[in-house]
Amino acid sequence: MDNPEVILDIRGLTKEFPGVRALCEVSFQVRRGSVHALVGENGAGKSTLIKILTGVYQATSGDFLFKGKKVRVEKPLDAQRLGLSVVHQELKLVETLTIAENIFLGRPQSSKSGLVNWSAMRREAKKLIDELHIKLDVDEEVSRLSIAQKQIVEICKALSFRADLIIMDEPSATLTENELECLFDIIANLKERGITVIYISHRMDEIFKIADTVSVLRDGAHIRTLPISEVDREQLISLMVGRELGNEYPKLPAEITDVALEVRGLAREGVLQDINMHVRHGEIVGFAGLVGAGRTETARAIFAADRITSGQIFVNGKEVHFNSVRDAIRHRIAFVSEDRKQQGLVLGMSVKHNVSLVDLDNVCVKGLMNERRERELAWTMIKKLAISTPNEEKETRLLSGGNQQKVVLAKWLAVDSDIMIMDEPTRGIDVGAKAEIYKLMCQMAQQGKAVIMISSDMPELIGVCDRIYVMRDGTISGEIARENFSQEAILNIAIA
Amino acid sequence: MEKVVRRSEASVKLMRFVSDYVILIPILLLVLVWWLIAPNFMSYNNFMNVLRQVSMVAILAAGQYFIICSGYLDLSLGALVGLAGIVFAKGMVDWGMAPAAAGALTFLMGILLGAVNGCMITVFRLPGFIATLGMQYIARGLCYVITNSYPVSKIPASVAWIGRGHLLNAVPWPVVIMIAVYVVISFVSKKTKFGRFVYATGGNQEAAHLSGINVRLIVSTVFVLGGIFAALTGVILVSRLNSGQPSGGMGFEFQAVIACVLGGISLTGGKGKALGVILGAIFVGLLTNGMTLINVDSYLQQVVQGMVLILAIGVDVYKQRRQAASK
Repeated sequence: MDNPEVILDIRGLTKEFPGVRALCEVSFQVRRGSVHALVGENGAGKSTLIKILTGVYQATSGDFLFKGKKVRVEKPLDAQRLGLSVVHQELKLVETLTIAENIFLGRPQSSKSGLVNWSAMRREAKKLIDELHIKLDVDEEVSRLSIAQKQIVEICKALSFRADLIIMDEPSATLTENELECLFDIIANLKERGITVIYISHRMDEIFKIADTVSVLRDGAHIRTLPISEVDREQLISLMVGRELGNEYPKLPAEITDVALEVRGLAREGVLQDINMHVRHGEIVGFAGLVGAGRTETARAIFAADRITSGQIFVNGKEVHFNSVRDAIRHRIAFVSEDRKQQGLVLGMSVKHNVSLVDLDNVCVKGLMNERRERELAWTMIKKLAISTPNEEKETRLLSGGNQQKVVLAKWLAVDSDIMIMDEPTRGIDVGAKAEIYKLMCQMAQQGKAVIMISSDMPELIGVCDRIYVMRDGTISGEIARENFSQEAILNIAIA
Repeated sequence: MEKVVRRSEASVKLMRFVSDYVILIPILLLVLVWWLIAPNFMSYNNFMNVLRQVSMVAILAAGQYFIICSGYLDLSLGALVGLAGIVFAKGMVDWGMAPAAAGALTFLMGILLGAVNGCMITVFRLPGFIATLGMQYIARGLCYVITNSYPVSKIPASVAWIGRGHLLNAVPWPVVIMIAVYVVISFVSKKTKFGRFVYATGGNQEAAHLSGINVRLIVSTVFVLGGIFAALTGVILVSRLNSGQPSGGMGFEFQAVIACVLGGISLTGGKGKALGVILGAIFVGLLTNGMTLINVDSYLQQVVQGMVLILAIGVDVYKQRRQAASK
């Protein structure tokens, strides 16, 4: 137990949120001075684990030893004081302050008089940066730095706490090739100084390049920890994916006919490049990829919710130019957005008013809204989609997640949309409601609608789709036909 | 079975009515209290007096109502009332315009400055608070610049009826106008697509945008409506005071906010009923009227008004938190 070689000993950590078990009895050890990779799909529990280690969350049960001692970490500052720091994916720096000020944020070096000792602070900051063999001016304002440079500032901040363990949460996600090399040099430098690094990444290449050990999480459970030399890429991916597909996906046969929507060379400066895709009537096409790969952005660009820099869009074979969301809706495109609370529903409005919102002409008589027609429309959709609500006047924020999602669908089906773009349609809703949404999607396909489903849940993509596009770094990097579906195949394209 | 459903529907409707117009309860209580302790309160003339006193703020509040419902707040409305009054008065007295022409110019100015407010927010993306605060300074400053800070007097007698006349010798014209305004805006908010779009925009701008609503157009329009109601209020004010006062309408924008809040309009947008606003204004009118009748010092009245506002918002916040908790 008291092995000095082990810097972090995680013992049976469990974290439950209302209705969800995010972490389940996770136990593994991290060797001092090693680079330890932590991998898993989106939602595997990596972030939850990190948040417990750094005091953002408290574990429901279980504990961990740090440097051989059982420690209580109740807030992030506790962890930093112990020597356990995180470099977050979204950097947490104060943009308007200098590098030196950021490094010593909240605990400036003070002289005897109680005033800030600026020269000592800058000297210390410079020393920390120099030790990484980096050239940066400590008086530079952080807002002027590149993302890679900001990461260096974060690392220096961690080092200023005399960190023994630095957790890097997907540091490479936003870096260029050169910057990545620089990051690897820094990690090697830290390792030489005996500092342990826990490295979270989706990119297999990096993991095999720098990690000594790798731990795999899946569905909140620890699957395995093993030396990187004992595993290859395919094995690692199958460890991450693991499960067999059950029959929770009621795929109904639909006749796939003409191309409904085609996109050629779609681009949005700095976000999307050269998107080429199509979807046919009666077809369900999936969009797989990691968070941030550009799937939602593609959907928004097609729907004219964001401006595009270039590209052509064809609906039923005819080129169209959308100046606004309204134009896209006129061509019977629907966009069921990822975040139904922020983007899909007007939560303070009733079911009735949300359902009719997209096309009020539907419920107007002689240009004026007709209450009876609006109520009838609401009830038609409530019955059709089996929305569970006591009446059509209920405010949508009071409904369950699954029923809210059905109201969003209802609003688009009310205008008889022909091309349904659905972004994470089953996120955060329970298993029963999920199955109903799948069934609705299959029924839409049977009626000849074209369906695009963006999802991070690979089993559901595999279960429901006819074809899957895989996105990476803002472009479509591969396409898989149904007969070749497998999670390994998707991950192989999604992860460079 | 059918009956049970009917009854529950009726009870749902009743509950909605009560929660939409909660302000009716304090209004009734207030009437009861003043009736008991204030002499001369319970008379037709006094009621008309109250309604006439609240009419201008209530008309302005119609503009503020649309703006708040769409998720913003207009701080320039009071100053726009002042400027509208000056333009109307100057037009008739010094610029040799017929009353109708001066009135038209006043409304044109209201529309224009409202559109400028809207543009600052939708096109240049300024925060609404700052944009309309700037407009408040500009409009109020212009009031003094145009008049050299002297009131404009010798208003033609032909416009006196607007502020001081009575319809059929019974109902003051400002009250008639106020009622007409609320009939119209209540209809617009319930029956037209525009009304629904305003609520959707205030309730969730992003969802409204993704539902194909032209959010920028809606927001610009509500600020233009604010300008129009400010112009109308300014015209009535000049007629009522028989002069154009450069400080006219000062503080009206906040009195309009108070009427909205008391009337159940949520300051976060997307919630509330138009008729609530007029009731909110009437509540404030009854409160000050009764206090005046029992000789409460006017500065103390202001203190009481402040407390009522805080109480009203407090109740609203409490209600929202309880709803959020019950979710």
